[in-house]
Amino acid sequence: MSAGIGAVSMHGNRFRHNFLTALLLAPATAWLVVFLVLPFIAIAVFSVGERAPEGGYQAAFTLAQYANLPARATAFWNTMLLAPVGALACLLVAYPVAYYLALRAPQRWRLILLALVVIPFWTSLLMRTYAWMYILGGRGIPALLAFIGIEDVRLINTPGAVLLGIVYGYLPLMILPIYVSLERLDRRLLEASADLGATPLSTFLGVTLKLSLPGVMTGFSLVMILLLGEYLIPTLLGGGKVFFIGNALVDLFLQSRNWPFGSAIAITLVAVSVVVLIAANRISTRVSGARRVDLI
Amino acid sequence: MRAFVTAVFAFLYLPIALVVLFSFNAGRHASEFTGFSVQWYGTALSNPFLVEALKNSLFIATTSALLAAVCGTAAALGLARVGARTRAVFDGLLGAAIVVPGVVIGISTLVALVQLFAVVNPFLASIWPGDQPPKLSLGYGSIIAAHGLFSMALVTMIVGTRLASLDRNLVEASSDLYATPLTTFRSIVLPQIMPAVVAGFLLAFTFSFDDFIVAFFVAGAQTTLPIYVFASIRRGVTPEINAIATIVLVASVLLVVLAQWQLRQRKPSN
Repeated sequence: MSAGIGAVSMHGNRFRHNFLTALLLAPATAWLVVFLVLPFIAIAVFSVGERAPEGGYQAAFTLAQYANLPARATAFWNTMLLAPVGALACLLVAYPVAYYLALRAPQRWRLILLALVVIPFWTSLLMRTYAWMYILGGRGIPALLAFIGIEDVRLINTPGAVLLGIVYGYLPLMILPIYVSLERLDRRLLEASADLGATPLSTFLGVTLKLSLPGVMTGFSLVMILLLGEYLIPTLLGGGKVFFIGNALVDLFLQSRNWPFGSAIAITLVAVSVVVLIAANRISTRVSGARRVDLI
Repeated sequence: MRAFVTAVFAFLYLPIALVVLFSFNAGRHASEFTGFSVQWYGTALSNPFLVEALKNSLFIATTSALLAAVCGTAAALGLARVGARTRAVFDGLLGAAIVVPGVVIGISTLVALVQLFAVVNPFLASIWPGDQPPKLSLGYGSIIAAHGLFSMALVTMIVGTRLASLDRNLVEASSDLYATPLTTFRSIVLPQIMPAVVAGFLLAFTFSFDDFIVAFFVAGAQTTLPIYVFASIRRGVTPEINAIATIVLVASVLLVVLAQWQLRQRKPSN
Protein backbone atom coordinates (compact mmCIF):
# COMPACT_ATOMS: atom_id res chain seq x y z
CA MET A 1 0.00 0.00 0.00
CA SER A 2 2.78 2.39 0.89
CA ALA A 3 4.24 1.94 -2.57
CA GLY A 4 1.22 3.59 -4.20
CA ILE A 5 1.94 7.08 -2.99
CA GLY A 6 5.50 6.38 -1.98
CA ALA A 7 6.28 6.02 -5.66
CA VAL A 8 5.43 9.66 -6.12
CA SER A 9 8.57 10.67 -4.34
CA MET A 10 10.78 7.85 -5.57
CA HIS A 11 12.91 10.40 -7.39
CA GLY A 12 13.39 12.51 -4.28
CA ASN A 13 15.98 11.61 -1.72
CA ARG A 14 15.23 9.85 1.51
CA PHE A 15 15.37 12.98 3.67
CA ARG A 16 12.87 14.81 1.52
CA HIS A 17 10.61 11.78 1.59
CA ASN A 18 10.62 11.60 5.38
CA PHE A 19 10.24 15.35 5.76
CA LEU A 20 7.18 15.43 3.52
CA THR A 21 5.66 12.45 5.36
CA ALA A 22 6.15 14.18 8.69
CA LEU A 23 4.66 17.39 7.29
CA LEU A 24 1.57 15.53 6.04
CA LEU A 25 1.04 13.79 9.37
CA ALA A 26 1.83 16.79 11.59
CA PRO A 27 -1.63 18.44 11.80
CA ALA A 28 -3.44 15.15 12.45
CA THR A 29 -0.87 14.13 15.05
CA ALA A 30 -1.15 17.46 16.85
CA TRP A 31 -4.93 17.18 16.83
CA LEU A 32 -4.94 13.61 18.14
CA VAL A 33 -2.43 14.42 20.87
CA VAL A 34 -3.98 17.70 22.04
CA PHE A 35 -7.64 16.71 21.82
CA LEU A 36 -7.61 12.95 22.41
CA VAL A 37 -4.48 11.72 24.21
CA LEU A 38 -3.89 14.67 26.57
CA PRO A 39 -7.58 15.00 27.55
CA PHE A 40 -7.66 11.31 28.32
CA ILE A 41 -4.56 11.62 30.50
CA ALA A 42 -6.19 14.66 32.14
CA ILE A 43 -9.31 12.74 33.20
CA ALA A 44 -7.16 9.80 34.33
CA VAL A 45 -5.22 12.21 36.59
CA PHE A 46 -8.44 13.91 37.76
CA SER A 47 -9.97 10.57 38.68
CA VAL A 48 -7.39 10.07 41.44
CA GLY A 49 -7.81 13.65 42.68
CA GLU A 50 -10.22 15.39 45.05
CA ARG A 51 -13.07 17.82 44.55
CA ALA A 52 -12.05 21.39 45.35
CA PRO A 53 -14.32 23.07 47.96
CA GLU A 54 -15.88 25.39 45.34
CA GLY A 55 -16.12 22.61 42.73
CA GLY A 56 -13.62 21.54 40.10
CA TYR A 57 -10.40 19.72 40.88
CA GLN A 58 -7.80 19.65 43.61
CA ALA A 59 -4.57 17.67 43.24
CA ALA A 60 -4.36 14.49 45.30
CA PHE A 61 -3.61 10.82 44.93
CA THR A 62 -6.51 8.80 46.22
CA LEU A 63 -8.77 6.02 45.04
CA ALA A 64 -11.67 7.54 46.98
CA GLN A 65 -13.49 8.52 43.77
CA TYR A 66 -13.45 4.91 42.56
CA ALA A 67 -14.54 3.66 45.98
CA ASN A 68 -17.45 6.10 45.70
CA LEU A 69 -18.74 4.59 42.42
CA PRO A 70 -21.64 2.76 44.15
CA ALA A 71 -23.10 6.22 44.90
CA ARG A 72 -24.20 6.23 41.26
CA ALA A 73 -25.24 2.58 41.29
CA THR A 74 -28.68 3.34 39.79
CA ALA A 75 -27.13 4.96 36.71
CA PHE A 76 -24.69 2.06 36.33
CA TRP A 77 -27.42 -0.49 36.84
CA ASN A 78 -29.77 1.13 34.29
CA THR A 79 -26.98 1.49 31.73
CA MET A 80 -25.52 -1.97 32.23
CA LEU A 81 -29.01 -3.42 31.86
CA LEU A 82 -30.47 -1.32 29.04
CA ALA A 83 -27.27 -1.12 26.93
CA PRO A 84 -26.93 -4.90 26.33
CA VAL A 85 -30.70 -5.41 26.16
CA GLY A 86 -30.97 -2.49 23.72
CA ALA A 87 -28.10 -3.78 21.61
CA LEU A 88 -29.66 -7.26 21.57
CA ALA A 89 -33.05 -5.85 20.56
CA CYS A 90 -31.33 -3.89 17.76
CA LEU A 91 -29.60 -7.06 16.64
CA LEU A 92 -32.81 -9.09 16.50
CA VAL A 93 -34.48 -6.45 14.31
CA ALA A 94 -31.36 -5.68 12.27
CA TYR A 95 -30.30 -9.20 11.28
CA PRO A 96 -33.29 -10.09 9.09
CA VAL A 97 -33.08 -6.68 7.41
CA ALA A 98 -29.34 -7.05 6.70
CA TYR A 99 -29.96 -10.64 5.51
CA TYR A 100 -32.69 -9.53 3.12
CA LEU A 101 -30.59 -6.62 1.79
CA ALA A 102 -27.49 -8.75 1.24
CA LEU A 103 -28.94 -12.02 -0.03
CA ARG A 104 -32.56 -11.65 -1.05
CA ALA A 105 -33.24 -8.12 -2.29
CA PRO A 106 -33.50 -7.62 -6.07
CA GLN A 107 -30.23 -6.19 -7.40
CA ARG A 108 -31.68 -2.87 -8.57
CA TRP A 109 -33.31 -2.27 -5.20
CA ARG A 110 -30.30 -3.13 -3.11
CA LEU A 111 -28.43 0.19 -3.30
CA ILE A 112 -31.59 2.23 -2.76
CA LEU A 113 -32.56 0.21 0.32
CA LEU A 114 -29.01 0.43 1.62
CA ALA A 115 -29.09 4.22 1.19
CA LEU A 116 -32.38 4.26 3.12
CA VAL A 117 -30.52 2.56 5.99
CA VAL A 118 -27.52 4.91 5.81
CA ILE A 119 -29.56 8.14 5.77
CA PRO A 120 -31.04 7.85 9.30
CA PHE A 121 -27.58 6.85 10.57
CA TRP A 122 -26.32 10.31 9.58
CA THR A 123 -29.44 12.22 10.59
CA SER A 124 -29.61 14.09 13.87
CA LEU A 125 -30.25 11.68 16.75
CA LEU A 126 -31.76 14.59 18.66
CA MET A 127 -34.39 15.21 15.99
CA ARG A 128 -35.13 11.51 15.57
CA THR A 129 -35.53 11.04 19.32
CA TYR A 130 -37.70 14.14 19.40
CA ALA A 131 -40.00 12.47 16.86
CA TRP A 132 -40.72 9.72 19.39
CA MET A 133 -41.26 12.25 22.17
CA TYR A 134 -43.89 13.75 19.96
CA ILE A 135 -45.50 10.38 19.15
CA LEU A 136 -45.40 8.85 22.63
CA GLY A 137 -46.18 12.10 24.46
CA GLY A 138 -49.57 12.90 25.93
CA ARG A 139 -50.95 14.40 22.74
CA GLY A 140 -49.67 11.61 20.50
CA ILE A 141 -50.62 7.93 20.75
CA PRO A 142 -52.19 8.23 24.24
CA ALA A 143 -54.59 10.87 22.89
CA LEU A 144 -55.52 8.58 19.99
CA LEU A 145 -56.06 5.67 22.39
CA ALA A 146 -58.24 7.86 24.59
CA PHE A 147 -60.27 8.64 21.47
CA ILE A 148 -61.15 4.95 21.06
CA GLY A 149 -61.84 4.57 24.74
CA ILE A 150 -58.56 3.44 26.23
CA GLU A 151 -57.81 6.07 28.82
CA ASP A 152 -54.71 6.96 30.81
CA VAL A 153 -52.06 5.11 28.88
CA ARG A 154 -48.61 6.24 29.87
CA LEU A 155 -45.95 5.62 27.24
CA ILE A 156 -43.33 8.32 27.55
CA ASN A 157 -40.94 8.50 30.52
CA THR A 158 -40.87 4.72 30.92
CA PRO A 159 -38.01 2.23 30.44
CA GLY A 160 -39.98 0.84 27.50
CA ALA A 161 -39.89 4.23 25.76
CA VAL A 162 -36.13 4.41 26.33
CA LEU A 163 -35.68 0.93 24.85
CA LEU A 164 -37.79 1.88 21.82
CA GLY A 165 -35.70 5.02 21.35
CA ILE A 166 -32.51 2.96 21.57
CA VAL A 167 -33.65 0.51 18.89
CA TYR A 168 -34.83 3.37 16.70
CA GLY A 169 -31.65 5.38 17.12
CA TYR A 170 -29.10 2.61 16.69
CA LEU A 171 -30.77 0.23 14.24
CA PRO A 172 -28.90 1.60 11.18
CA LEU A 173 -25.54 1.23 12.93
CA MET A 174 -26.37 -2.42 13.63
CA ILE A 175 -27.63 -3.20 10.11
CA LEU A 176 -24.56 -1.83 8.27
CA PRO A 177 -21.76 -4.12 9.57
CA ILE A 178 -23.99 -7.21 9.40
CA TYR A 179 -24.87 -6.30 5.82
CA VAL A 180 -21.18 -5.91 4.96
CA SER A 181 -20.27 -9.34 6.35
CA LEU A 182 -23.24 -11.06 4.71
CA GLU A 183 -22.57 -9.41 1.38
CA ARG A 184 -19.00 -10.74 1.38
CA LEU A 185 -20.21 -14.23 2.11
CA ASP A 186 -19.25 -16.75 -0.56
CA ARG A 187 -22.60 -17.92 -1.96
CA ARG A 188 -21.04 -21.18 -3.18
CA LEU A 189 -20.76 -22.21 0.47
CA LEU A 190 -24.54 -21.95 0.80
CA GLU A 191 -25.06 -24.05 -2.32
CA ALA A 192 -22.48 -26.58 -1.17
CA SER A 193 -24.20 -26.86 2.18
CA ALA A 194 -27.56 -27.47 0.50
CA ASP A 195 -26.03 -29.96 -1.97
CA LEU A 196 -24.60 -31.91 0.95
CA GLY A 197 -28.11 -32.36 2.28
CA ALA A 198 -28.20 -29.72 4.98
CA THR A 199 -31.61 -28.33 5.82
CA PRO A 200 -32.07 -24.58 5.25
CA LEU A 201 -32.00 -24.10 9.03
CA SER A 202 -28.73 -25.92 9.53
CA THR A 203 -27.22 -24.10 6.53
CA PHE A 204 -28.25 -20.85 8.15
CA LEU A 205 -26.87 -21.76 11.56
CA GLY A 206 -23.72 -23.53 10.36
CA VAL A 207 -22.73 -21.29 7.46
CA THR A 208 -24.57 -17.96 7.21
CA LEU A 209 -24.79 -17.05 10.87
CA LYS A 210 -21.32 -18.32 11.65
CA LEU A 211 -19.66 -16.41 8.82
CA SER A 212 -21.58 -13.21 9.53
CA LEU A 213 -20.59 -13.26 13.18
CA PRO A 214 -17.78 -10.69 12.74
CA GLY A 215 -20.41 -8.24 11.45
CA VAL A 216 -22.77 -9.12 14.29
CA MET A 217 -20.01 -8.64 16.86
CA THR A 218 -18.87 -5.34 15.33
CA GLY A 219 -22.42 -4.01 15.30
CA PHE A 220 -23.16 -5.26 18.79
CA SER A 221 -19.99 -3.82 20.34
CA LEU A 222 -20.33 -0.44 18.55
CA VAL A 223 -23.95 -0.03 19.59
CA MET A 224 -23.24 -1.22 23.11
CA ILE A 225 -20.31 1.20 23.55
CA LEU A 226 -22.25 4.17 22.22
CA LEU A 227 -25.17 3.23 24.49
CA LEU A 228 -22.87 3.21 27.52
CA GLY A 229 -22.37 6.94 26.91
CA GLU A 230 -25.93 7.71 25.78
CA TYR A 231 -27.53 10.81 27.21
CA LEU A 232 -30.20 12.14 24.84
CA ILE A 233 -32.45 9.08 24.66
CA PRO A 234 -32.79 8.46 28.43
CA THR A 235 -33.18 12.20 29.05
CA LEU A 236 -35.85 12.85 26.44
CA LEU A 237 -37.75 9.54 26.52
CA GLY A 238 -37.00 8.54 30.11
CA GLY A 239 -37.96 11.94 31.47
CA GLY A 240 -35.56 11.98 34.43
CA LYS A 241 -36.85 8.60 35.61
CA VAL A 242 -34.41 6.40 33.74
CA PHE A 243 -30.89 7.65 34.51
CA PHE A 244 -27.92 6.49 32.49
CA ILE A 245 -24.19 6.95 33.12
CA GLY A 246 -24.38 9.76 30.54
CA ASN A 247 -26.87 11.59 32.78
CA ALA A 248 -24.58 11.13 35.79
CA LEU A 249 -21.66 12.58 33.81
CA VAL A 250 -23.63 15.63 32.65
CA ASP A 251 -24.74 16.22 36.25
CA LEU A 252 -21.24 15.83 37.70
CA PHE A 253 -19.49 18.00 35.13
CA LEU A 254 -22.02 20.69 34.34
CA GLN A 255 -24.18 20.96 37.45
CA SER A 256 -22.63 19.73 40.72
CA ARG A 257 -19.10 20.23 39.35
CA ASN A 258 -17.59 17.20 41.05
CA TRP A 259 -14.99 16.68 38.33
CA PRO A 260 -12.80 14.04 40.02
CA PHE A 261 -15.78 11.76 40.68
CA GLY A 262 -17.07 12.35 37.13
CA SER A 263 -13.62 11.50 35.79
CA ALA A 264 -13.58 8.23 37.74
CA ILE A 265 -16.95 7.34 36.19
CA ALA A 266 -15.70 8.26 32.71
CA ILE A 267 -12.57 6.13 33.13
CA THR A 268 -14.74 3.23 34.31
CA LEU A 269 -16.95 3.69 31.24
CA VAL A 270 -13.93 3.60 28.92
CA ALA A 271 -12.62 0.49 30.73
CA VAL A 272 -15.97 -1.29 30.25
CA SER A 273 -15.95 -0.27 26.55
CA VAL A 274 -12.49 -1.75 26.08
CA VAL A 275 -13.61 -5.00 27.74
CA VAL A 276 -16.66 -5.11 25.43
CA LEU A 277 -14.47 -4.58 22.33
CA ILE A 278 -11.96 -7.25 23.36
CA ALA A 279 -14.70 -9.74 24.20
CA ALA A 280 -16.44 -9.10 20.86
CA ASN A 281 -13.17 -9.63 18.98
CA ARG A 282 -12.42 -12.82 20.90
CA ILE A 283 -15.86 -14.28 20.22
CA SER A 284 -15.84 -13.56 16.51
CA THR A 285 -12.24 -14.78 16.12
CA ARG A 286 -13.00 -18.00 17.93
CA VAL A 287 -16.20 -18.81 16.07
CA SER A 288 -15.53 -17.67 12.53
CA GLY A 289 -11.78 -17.14 12.40
CA ALA A 290 -12.21 -13.53 11.25
CA ARG A 291 -11.95 -10.31 13.16
CA ARG A 292 -14.06 -7.20 13.12
CA VAL A 293 -15.64 -5.65 10.08
CA ASP A 294 -14.55 -2.17 9.04
CA LEU A 295 -17.46 0.12 8.38
CA ILE A 296 -15.86 2.57 6.02
CA MET B 1 -39.34 -11.73 5.47
CA ARG B 2 -40.29 -9.02 3.00
CA ALA B 3 -43.18 -7.98 5.21
CA PHE B 4 -40.83 -7.71 8.18
CA VAL B 5 -38.29 -5.65 6.21
CA THR B 6 -41.07 -3.36 4.96
CA ALA B 7 -42.25 -2.91 8.53
CA VAL B 8 -38.73 -2.02 9.69
CA PHE B 9 -38.37 0.62 6.98
CA ALA B 10 -41.75 2.01 7.95
CA PHE B 11 -40.57 2.07 11.57
CA LEU B 12 -37.43 3.99 10.49
CA TYR B 13 -39.22 6.58 8.41
CA LEU B 14 -42.76 7.06 9.78
CA PRO B 15 -41.74 9.04 12.89
CA ILE B 16 -39.64 11.40 10.77
CA ALA B 17 -42.47 11.71 8.26
CA LEU B 18 -44.85 12.55 11.07
CA VAL B 19 -42.64 15.37 12.34
CA VAL B 20 -42.40 16.77 8.81
CA LEU B 21 -46.16 16.47 8.33
CA PHE B 22 -47.01 18.19 11.59
CA SER B 23 -44.57 21.01 10.93
CA PHE B 24 -47.21 22.06 8.37
CA ASN B 25 -50.05 21.71 10.85
CA ALA B 26 -52.12 24.83 11.39
CA GLY B 27 -53.04 23.65 14.89
CA ARG B 28 -50.78 23.11 17.84
CA HIS B 29 -51.28 19.44 18.67
CA ALA B 30 -50.06 16.11 17.38
CA SER B 31 -53.45 14.49 17.89
CA GLU B 32 -55.20 16.58 15.26
CA PHE B 33 -54.18 17.91 11.90
CA THR B 34 -56.28 21.01 11.51
CA GLY B 35 -55.09 22.29 8.16
CA PHE B 36 -52.03 23.12 6.09
CA SER B 37 -49.94 26.08 7.15
CA VAL B 38 -46.34 27.24 7.04
CA GLN B 39 -46.82 29.60 9.98
CA TRP B 40 -44.47 27.61 12.26
CA TYR B 41 -41.61 28.12 9.82
CA GLY B 42 -42.28 31.85 10.06
CA THR B 43 -42.33 31.67 13.86
CA ALA B 44 -39.11 29.69 13.90
CA LEU B 45 -37.22 31.92 11.49
CA SER B 46 -38.30 35.13 13.20
CA ASN B 47 -36.94 33.88 16.53
CA PRO B 48 -33.62 35.74 16.91
CA PHE B 49 -32.15 33.18 19.36
CA LEU B 50 -32.86 30.38 16.95
CA VAL B 51 -31.42 32.20 13.96
CA GLU B 52 -28.31 33.02 16.01
CA ALA B 53 -27.94 29.34 16.99
CA LEU B 54 -28.41 28.30 13.36
CA LYS B 55 -25.69 30.72 12.21
CA ASN B 56 -23.33 29.43 14.91
CA SER B 57 -23.96 25.84 13.87
CA LEU B 58 -23.38 26.60 10.19
CA PHE B 59 -20.13 28.43 10.98
CA ILE B 60 -18.86 25.68 13.30
CA ALA B 61 -19.83 22.86 10.93
CA THR B 62 -18.23 24.54 7.91
CA THR B 63 -14.99 25.39 9.70
CA SER B 64 -14.53 22.05 11.44
CA ALA B 65 -15.38 20.11 8.28
CA LEU B 66 -12.95 22.18 6.19
CA LEU B 67 -10.15 21.70 8.71
CA ALA B 68 -10.96 18.01 8.96
CA ALA B 69 -11.01 17.59 5.17
CA VAL B 70 -7.58 19.23 4.78
CA CYS B 71 -5.85 17.62 7.79
CA GLY B 72 -7.56 14.25 7.29
CA THR B 73 -6.58 14.08 3.61
CA ALA B 74 -3.00 15.06 4.46
CA ALA B 75 -2.94 12.39 7.16
CA ALA B 76 -4.28 9.73 4.77
CA LEU B 77 -1.57 10.65 2.24
CA GLY B 78 1.06 10.59 4.98
CA LEU B 79 -0.11 7.25 6.36
CA ALA B 80 0.32 5.66 2.93
CA ARG B 81 4.03 6.48 3.21
CA VAL B 82 4.86 5.10 6.66
CA GLY B 83 5.71 1.67 8.04
CA ALA B 84 3.24 -0.81 9.47
CA ARG B 85 4.00 0.02 13.11
CA THR B 86 3.41 3.79 12.81
CA ARG B 87 0.28 3.01 10.83
CA ALA B 88 -1.05 0.73 13.55
CA VAL B 89 -0.57 3.45 16.18
CA PHE B 90 -2.44 5.98 14.03
CA ASP B 91 -5.19 3.52 13.17
CA GLY B 92 -5.71 2.86 16.87
CA LEU B 93 -5.93 6.56 17.73
CA LEU B 94 -8.22 7.34 14.78
CA GLY B 95 -10.45 4.39 15.68
CA ALA B 96 -10.61 5.64 19.27
CA ALA B 97 -11.56 9.14 18.08
CA ILE B 98 -14.52 7.60 16.24
CA VAL B 99 -15.64 4.93 18.71
CA VAL B 100 -15.30 6.71 22.09
CA PRO B 101 -18.77 7.97 23.08
CA GLY B 102 -19.33 11.70 22.58
CA VAL B 103 -19.98 12.20 26.27
CA VAL B 104 -16.42 11.06 27.09
CA ILE B 105 -14.89 13.17 24.29
CA GLY B 106 -16.91 16.12 25.59
CA ILE B 107 -15.87 15.90 29.23
CA SER B 108 -12.23 15.07 28.56
CA THR B 109 -11.92 18.02 26.16
CA LEU B 110 -13.64 20.25 28.72
CA VAL B 111 -11.30 19.17 31.52
CA ALA B 112 -8.16 19.49 29.39
CA LEU B 113 -9.08 22.90 27.99
CA VAL B 114 -10.04 24.36 31.35
CA GLN B 115 -6.67 23.22 32.75
CA LEU B 116 -4.87 24.60 29.71
CA PHE B 117 -6.63 27.99 29.98
CA ALA B 118 -5.76 28.15 33.69
CA VAL B 119 -2.09 28.05 32.69
CA VAL B 120 -2.18 30.08 29.46
CA ASN B 121 -4.41 32.98 30.54
CA PRO B 122 -2.23 34.24 33.46
CA PHE B 123 0.79 33.86 31.18
CA LEU B 124 -0.86 35.92 28.44
CA ALA B 125 -1.84 38.52 31.02
CA SER B 126 1.73 38.78 32.26
CA ILE B 127 3.30 39.36 28.85
CA TRP B 128 0.51 41.48 27.35
CA PRO B 129 1.55 45.14 27.03
CA GLY B 130 -1.98 46.64 27.03
CA ASP B 131 -4.70 46.72 29.65
CA GLN B 132 -6.92 44.01 28.27
CA PRO B 133 -4.98 40.83 27.56
CA PRO B 134 -6.66 38.22 25.35
CA LYS B 135 -8.44 35.66 27.47
CA LEU B 136 -8.93 32.17 26.06
CA SER B 137 -12.26 30.57 26.90
CA LEU B 138 -14.63 27.86 25.73
CA GLY B 139 -16.64 28.75 22.66
CA TYR B 140 -16.39 28.48 18.88
CA GLY B 141 -12.78 27.32 19.00
CA SER B 142 -13.32 24.47 21.45
CA ILE B 143 -16.42 23.17 19.63
CA ILE B 144 -14.62 23.30 16.27
CA ALA B 145 -11.61 21.45 17.72
CA ALA B 146 -13.70 18.78 19.43
CA HIS B 147 -15.89 18.19 16.36
CA GLY B 148 -12.83 18.27 14.15
CA LEU B 149 -11.32 15.35 16.07
CA PHE B 150 -14.09 12.95 15.05
CA SER B 151 -14.37 14.47 11.57
CA MET B 152 -10.66 14.32 10.85
CA ALA B 153 -10.54 10.65 11.84
CA LEU B 154 -13.52 10.01 9.58
CA VAL B 155 -11.96 11.81 6.57
CA THR B 156 -8.64 10.01 7.11
CA MET B 157 -10.40 6.63 7.01
CA ILE B 158 -12.56 7.42 3.97
CA VAL B 159 -9.69 8.92 1.96
CA GLY B 160 -7.32 6.16 3.15
CA THR B 161 -9.70 3.51 1.79
CA ARG B 162 -9.81 5.28 -1.56
CA LEU B 163 -6.01 5.65 -1.65
CA ALA B 164 -5.60 1.92 -1.02
CA SER B 165 -7.63 1.19 -4.15
CA LEU B 166 -5.76 3.76 -6.24
CA ASP B 167 -4.42 2.44 -9.52
CA ARG B 168 -0.68 2.13 -8.87
CA ASN B 169 0.12 1.71 -12.56
CA LEU B 170 -1.05 5.23 -13.31
CA VAL B 171 1.23 6.67 -10.63
CA GLU B 172 4.19 4.68 -11.92
CA ALA B 173 3.44 5.53 -15.54
CA SER B 174 3.31 9.18 -14.60
CA SER B 175 6.72 9.17 -12.93
CA ASP B 176 8.17 7.03 -15.76
CA LEU B 177 7.07 9.79 -18.12
CA TYR B 178 9.15 12.24 -16.05
CA ALA B 179 6.28 13.98 -14.32
CA THR B 180 7.46 15.66 -11.13
CA PRO B 181 6.00 14.20 -7.92
CA LEU B 182 3.86 17.33 -7.61
CA THR B 183 2.51 16.99 -11.13
CA THR B 184 1.75 13.32 -10.55
CA PHE B 185 -0.06 14.22 -7.36
CA ARG B 186 -2.08 16.99 -8.99
CA SER B 187 -3.03 15.17 -12.16
CA ILE B 188 -3.26 11.52 -11.03
CA VAL B 189 -3.73 11.15 -7.28
CA LEU B 190 -5.85 14.19 -6.43
CA PRO B 191 -8.56 13.66 -9.07
CA GLN B 192 -8.95 10.05 -7.96
CA ILE B 193 -9.26 10.78 -4.25
CA MET B 194 -11.33 13.96 -4.67
CA PRO B 195 -14.76 12.25 -4.43
CA ALA B 196 -13.66 10.68 -1.12
CA VAL B 197 -12.45 14.05 0.16
CA VAL B 198 -15.75 15.71 -0.77
CA ALA B 199 -17.76 12.86 0.78
CA GLY B 200 -15.65 13.11 3.92
CA PHE B 201 -16.26 16.86 4.08
CA LEU B 202 -20.02 16.44 3.69
CA LEU B 203 -20.25 13.72 6.35
CA ALA B 204 -18.05 15.78 8.68
CA PHE B 205 -20.31 18.78 8.15
CA THR B 206 -23.39 16.66 8.86
CA PHE B 207 -21.83 15.23 12.01
CA SER B 208 -20.90 18.65 13.38
CA PHE B 209 -24.22 20.22 12.42
CA ASP B 210 -26.15 17.41 14.16
CA ASP B 211 -23.95 16.89 17.20
CA PHE B 212 -25.44 17.75 20.55
CA ILE B 213 -23.50 15.99 23.27
CA VAL B 214 -19.92 17.07 22.50
CA ALA B 215 -20.93 20.70 21.99
CA PHE B 216 -23.05 20.58 25.17
CA PHE B 217 -19.86 20.15 27.22
CA VAL B 218 -17.42 22.43 25.41
CA ALA B 219 -19.71 25.21 24.12
CA GLY B 220 -19.15 27.52 27.09
CA ALA B 221 -21.49 30.48 26.57
CA GLN B 222 -22.13 29.68 22.89
CA THR B 223 -25.32 28.07 21.62
CA THR B 224 -25.51 25.72 18.66
CA LEU B 225 -28.76 24.72 16.97
CA PRO B 226 -28.96 21.27 18.66
CA ILE B 227 -28.25 22.86 22.06
CA TYR B 228 -31.00 25.41 21.48
CA VAL B 229 -33.45 22.75 20.30
CA PHE B 230 -32.63 20.49 23.25
CA ALA B 231 -33.28 23.34 25.67
CA SER B 232 -36.62 24.21 24.03
CA ILE B 233 -37.71 20.56 23.90
CA ARG B 234 -37.20 20.32 27.64
CA ARG B 235 -39.47 23.32 28.09
CA GLY B 236 -42.15 21.61 26.06
CA VAL B 237 -42.97 20.31 22.60
CA THR B 238 -44.12 23.04 20.21
CA PRO B 239 -44.89 22.98 16.47
CA GLU B 240 -42.05 25.47 16.03
CA ILE B 241 -39.61 22.67 16.91
CA ASN B 242 -41.21 20.50 14.22
CA ALA B 243 -40.38 23.19 11.68
CA ILE B 244 -36.73 23.41 12.82
CA ALA B 245 -36.48 19.61 12.93
CA THR B 246 -37.81 19.42 9.37
CA ILE B 247 -35.26 21.94 8.12
CA VAL B 248 -32.43 20.07 9.85
CA LEU B 249 -33.64 16.65 8.64
CA VAL B 250 -34.00 17.78 5.05
CA ALA B 251 -30.55 19.40 5.12
CA SER B 252 -28.92 16.26 6.58
CA VAL B 253 -30.64 13.97 4.10
CA LEU B 254 -29.51 16.11 1.16
CA LEU B 255 -25.91 16.19 2.42
CA VAL B 256 -25.78 12.44 3.05
CA VAL B 257 -27.28 11.60 -0.33
CA LEU B 258 -24.72 13.92 -1.93
CA ALA B 259 -21.90 12.26 0.04
CA GLN B 260 -23.03 8.75 -0.91
CA TRP B 261 -23.25 9.80 -4.53
CA GLN B 262 -19.70 11.16 -4.37
CA LEU B 263 -18.43 7.91 -2.83
CA ARG B 264 -20.00 5.88 -5.64
CA GLN B 265 -18.14 7.94 -8.26
CA ARG B 266 -15.59 5.37 -9.41
CA LYS B 267 -13.77 7.49 -11.95
CA PRO B 268 -13.04 11.22 -11.96
CA SER B 269 -15.10 13.03 -14.56
CA ASN B 270 -12.90 15.06 -16.85
